Amino acid sequence: MDNTITSTHVLHDQELMPHETAVNEPHSVLPQHLHHFETEEQQREAGSFGMWLFLVTEIMFFGGLFFAYLLYRNWYYPAFAAASEQLNVPEGAANTAILITSGFCMALGVWAAEVRRKKLLVVMLVLTTLFGIAFIGVKYDEYHEKWEHHHIPGASFSIAEFVNPAAYNIKEEPLSPDMAQHTQLFFFLYFAMTGMHALHMIIGIGILLWLIWRANRGEFSAGYVAPIENFGLYWHFVDIVWLFLFPLLYLINRHPLH
Amino acid sequence: MAHPAQHSEAHDPPNVTNPEHAEHHIVTPLQYAMVFATLLVFTGITWGVAYIPLGPLNPVVAVGIACFKAVIVILFFMHVKYQSRLIKMTVGAGFFTFLILVSMTLTDYMSRAWGLW
Amino acid sequence: MSTEALSNTILQLPDQSTATIPKKNYITNEHGLLSWLLTGDHKRIAMLYLISITFFFFIGGAFAGLIRLELLTPQPDLVSSDTYNKFFTMHGIIMVFLFLVPSVPATLGNFLMPIMLGARDLAFPKINLLSWYLYVIGGILTLAALVLGGVDTGWTFTTPLSTHYLNTHVVTAATAIFVAGFSSIFTGLNFIVTIHRMRAPGMTWFRMPLFVWSHYAASLLMVLGTPVLAISLVLVGLERLVGIGVFDPTKGGDPLLFQHLFWFYSHPAVYIMILPGMGVISEVISTFSRKRVFGYTAVAFSSVAIALFGFFVWAHHMFIMGVSNYSALVFSLLTMLVAVPSAIKIFNWTFTLQKGSITFETPMLYAFGFMGLFTMGGLTGVFLGSLGMDIHLTETYFIVAHFHFVMVGGMLMAFLSGIHFWWPKMTGRMYPESLSKLAAVTTFIGFNLTFLPQFIVGYLGMPRRYHAYPPEYQVLNVLSTAGATVLGVGYMLPLLYLGWSLKYGAIAGNNPWQATGLEWQIQSPPLTENFTEIPIVDYEAYDYEWLANKTKNEVTTVG
Repeated sequence: MDNTITSTHVLHDQELMPHETAVNEPHSVLPQHLHHFETEEQQREAGSFGMWLFLVTEIMFFGGLFFAYLLYRNWYYPAFAAASEQLNVPEGAANTAILITSGFCMALGVWAAEVRRKKLLVVMLVLTTLFGIAFIGVKYDEYHEKWEHHHIPGASFSIAEFVNPAAYNIKEEPLSPDMAQHTQLFFFLYFAMTGMHALHMIIGIGILLWLIWRANRGEFSAGYVAPIENFGLYWHFVDIVWLFLFPLLYLINRHPLH
Repeated sequence: MAHPAQHSEAHDPPNVTNPEHAEHHIVTPLQYAMVFATLLVFTGITWGVAYIPLGPLNPVVAVGIACFKAVIVILFFMHVKYQSRLIKMTVGAGFFTFLILVSMTLTDYMSRAWGLW
Repeated sequence: MSTEALSNTILQLPDQSTATIPKKNYITNEHGLLSWLLTGDHKRIAMLYLISITFFFFIGGAFAGLIRLELLTPQPDLVSSDTYNKFFTMHGIIMVFLFLVPSVPATLGNFLMPIMLGARDLAFPKINLLSWYLYVIGGILTLAALVLGGVDTGWTFTTPLSTHYLNTHVVTAATAIFVAGFSSIFTGLNFIVTIHRMRAPGMTWFRMPLFVWSHYAASLLMVLGTPVLAISLVLVGLERLVGIGVFDPTKGGDPLLFQHLFWFYSHPAVYIMILPGMGVISEVISTFSRKRVFGYTAVAFSSVAIALFGFFVWAHHMFIMGVSNYSALVFSLLTMLVAVPSAIKIFNWTFTLQKGSITFETPMLYAFGFMGLFTMGGLTGVFLGSLGMDIHLTETYFIVAHFHFVMVGGMLMAFLSGIHFWWPKMTGRMYPESLSKLAAVTTFIGFNLTFLPQFIVGYLGMPRRYHAYPPEYQVLNVLSTAGATVLGVGYMLPLLYLGWSLKYGAIAGNNPWQATGLEWQIQSPPLTENFTEIPIVDYEAYDYEWLANKTKNEVTTVG
């Protein structure tokens, strides 16, 4: 039974439970479960299952984009490799680390809520938010760079850097104009996938701010942790999407180090 | 509780005798830290490996590492290791359906006489 | 017992001179418009859905009427081809996304699912309400696309037609469907969680009514399929707005990719539409044959099998669109698989009827209509799934007739069957029996008159989606239009007499049909919390002996 909370929300493992008082809190302090649930345990499991089902829909939502990527990457491999070369790998890698760190903070936040440490929970949620904002910041910088290089699909898109790389001091093989046109597909998928991902981040940050406000009022430090846990699931899912986006978009065909 | 006491034996509101149920498990910060470190290390590896020419193996390794990272995030950060079979199957169903989408669509693209595959 | 055996109905109404509607029920619980618009009660949300889908059904039906009117004569004399294109597009979009997909799940499913499981509400009442609001927003956007000048892509949004060649309100309509899609996702999500987490004690998986099983299967499809539709519509929107090139061959994109993504949802969507209807039929057939559904487990699993196989067959919509021959072969073979669980259902319902004490109340008449028409629709589906036949028949009126047999002959019959069957539970009052039987028969005749000629005219080669046709097809088209008129009357009748019955119908009592489901063991209309105490389920589904014993004991205790 160690490391578990029973349905009555009494921790059995005293070592994990630094705040002795929290254990003895009367049940009435806990937020009541909604009327149509019979127990809090039922409500908690329903909420978490619902969140998982929502994440499954997200898998399928991103799935369509991932399939489009797979198809066009195979059809136009040279264009995808050359275009991928123009992405900023250090920034991408840094963003991966930032996002993993943010996820780690979120995980610790869930733990803090479970052991009913209010201050730690708030700190962890704030850190999660800050790392999330940092990610968006780096992403903005990358997007801006693409703008300057005319790599945003649409009217201003230019294939010049791919047809005549030497003129731009890029040490790459030139692409035929035909193939170079297809870099636009790569950049569209890049913007669609990272943009959709960033949109999820921004929504997540909005929810985080709301959760911080609630956590600060002590709503999640008396045994009722479902909102924190379920948001954690969402946040980690957004991480996972990025864990795939990073190698697929940034690292298609990097050259050996010299 | 609205139900009379004599029903309590048959009555199992939290479904605890149900295979769909799992105890609420707390993952320790130490476990989280180990997962965090692993994720960082493998991010480094995936970055480094990309610069080693492995031919067709490059994307395989990259996707393999990404899958590995995703799996440990799912198992530990998202607590699936300690969840009921129901949750495990739900996660599996999501990826399974995605694989249907990919594989069945590929039957078309890979066998087109005029295709670019 | 002897009088019961001789009578031609199982209907048992309380003594009308003394019976009253229970004072406390979900309708009278709160008052005012806001108490409905902000409700979390699944029964009230079901009613909101019922009103809104009925509204959209009649708008979609009006477009069907206009289409049939234009096709009365071979000449294009009523409207121009552009307008005609907008007619059938609006008809398709409204009927598919705003009527068929939410029809049974969002109304009957919402109302009955928690009660059938012995729960007080769905797992997430607020998300349930959100789902209705999303539906309304989707509906308003659809109407906006209509009022602003219409869409003429067909309901399929086929690229590159929708992205490059049309100058109509495609983005508005796509947004509408995107939003309505999330309404459907949330309904499905709510059902799945409720079925897994909210069952009353003793309500094991194999004690659940088959209505719940079929909704479970349909919900899986909603949750897994709809997001793919959402992303494909997002891409169509972006292609139109900024020219991203994913579906644009001039930029290296593949227009067929859209169809793969679209049909990955939209083929399973056919099962989203039909499965809940099959659930209704299982309940109705069992009740009016006084028998447990034959092969309960097989019927339950066939629902899940339909859902699973549904994901492996989508490219049969694309045989002539340019998919590879090998792929078409695979999809054609897999399509045959779906016929198996569908046939299992039809056979099991037939065996349920065998030696049953059949009575012919209105829901049962509609259910018979469903069985016959769905069988024809399903079998012609097998023709169309066969690669060679499909190339001859697709894009003709044969295919129009085929899916109308399944969707209108099947699903709409099931919807009306369910509405009549549970009307006494939802409102506490009976509908007028003879008038409703007339409506059921009218619908059946009108339907066959409308769509049987379309099989023939399609087989002869009349293509779909044209507003003019060669004069030799006129006779069949006139028959079809005449049938559509009859059908329209058949659909107007229930609207009128069900409205009438709200005030003047006979008081129904708790269990007018002597049915076994949990929903019939509580008062009609139900209390807001459904059950005063959570029931303990200690009997199997469709156990009429249990019901007989229960009724007998009740009588003795009262006496």
